[in-house]
Amino acid sequence: MTRWLPHPWFALWLLVAWLLLQQSLAAPTIVLGIMLALALSWSLGKLGLPRVRVRSLGTLLLLLVRVFADIVRANLAVAKIIVSPSPRHTSGFVSIPLEITSPYALALLACIITATPGTIWVSHDSLRRVLMLHVLDVVDEAALIDHIRQRYEQPLLRIFR
Amino acid sequence: MNVLAAVPGWVALVIGALVIAGALLACIGSAGLLRLDTFYRRVHAPTLGTTLGMYLVLAGTIVFFWAGEGRPALHVILIGVCVSITTPISLLLLARAALARDRREGTAGIPAADPPATGADGGE
Amino acid sequence: MTGLATTAILAAQFLLLLGMGMAIVRMMRGPRAQDRVLAMDAMTIDGMLLLLTIGIRTGSILYVEAGLIIALLGFASTAAFAKFLLRGEVIE
Repeated sequence: MTRWLPHPWFALWLLVAWLLLQQSLAAPTIVLGIMLALALSWSLGKLGLPRVRVRSLGTLLLLLVRVFADIVRANLAVAKIIVSPSPRHTSGFVSIPLEITSPYALALLACIITATPGTIWVSHDSLRRVLMLHVLDVVDEAALIDHIRQRYEQPLLRIFR
Repeated sequence: MNVLAAVPGWVALVIGALVIAGALLACIGSAGLLRLDTFYRRVHAPTLGTTLGMYLVLAGTIVFFWAGEGRPALHVILIGVCVSITTPISLLLLARAALARDRREGTAGIPAADPPATGADGGE
Repeated sequence: MTGLATTAILAAQFLLLLGMGMAIVRMMRGPRAQDRVLAMDAMTIDGMLLLLTIGIRTGSILYVEAGLIIALLGFASTAAFAKFLLRGEVIE
């Protein structure tokens, strides 16, 4: 199992993407899709990447819903800043100490933070475990650090333990 | 001939509302490129078009092909997934490149490179 | 009601064109290379959304497929540009 299918999530995503692109559920399409997914995930395994272990699928889905709600809220906030007659100049760099070390958890956190309008991941110091963000509208730095650590980091710690 | 006439009136209205809301957000995002004054502020602006703006236009497209042609154009979702994964990566790379260039040139107001952690041996 | 919806989609196309225009202005004005690359990325996304709205107006699914390709190519080019700005080389 581990040897022949080193990245099951990647293989599943490839199969779903293949079926969506083909727009059909005919048997030959599915068989070809499964063969492609197995071959490509096997060759990805040759690269020797660390394996993804999702410990809690429910937490992951909950996190995605939460991120979606945050993205909608942040969109409206940033749109308001841009259309206001004189955009406020309260942007700045913010440093946040992090607990997570798993590369996949860090990658997902980077995607979440950068996809949310108004915050962007700038750099991460893996030795000191400090993350630096740039924030468009720094209202309350402590609240922002708390928001990221409670709402995103805690679920990520549970997902990729 | 108007293809929108093939779908019921209220569905056409829903499609129109979704698409125009998404386009408005994307347009505000591009306006942010002009209105905000430094690179690090401008880098936040295009995310409007790549998140909620894109979701709304994609939703309108799915509803249209579902109601108009009777088949769900689900590969529209693939666009959403691909853009959601790739935009953060490209913005992150751009921000890092800008920071590295600014540090090389010693621009004011940029946080300095992190000092090596004390007591760490070897490191990267 | 169909007429109203058609007008809305036309207006959406105008807004997206306006967005592309503003991105092009930023691309020409600069001032730094990273500003131009960022503007190009935003313009690609606006163009992709414009293709989707054209797909709705003509009822052709082909525009959606073209949008998918533009989204992926836009990412590849922006990533390559960013890599170049970071190190001065694309492939290390």
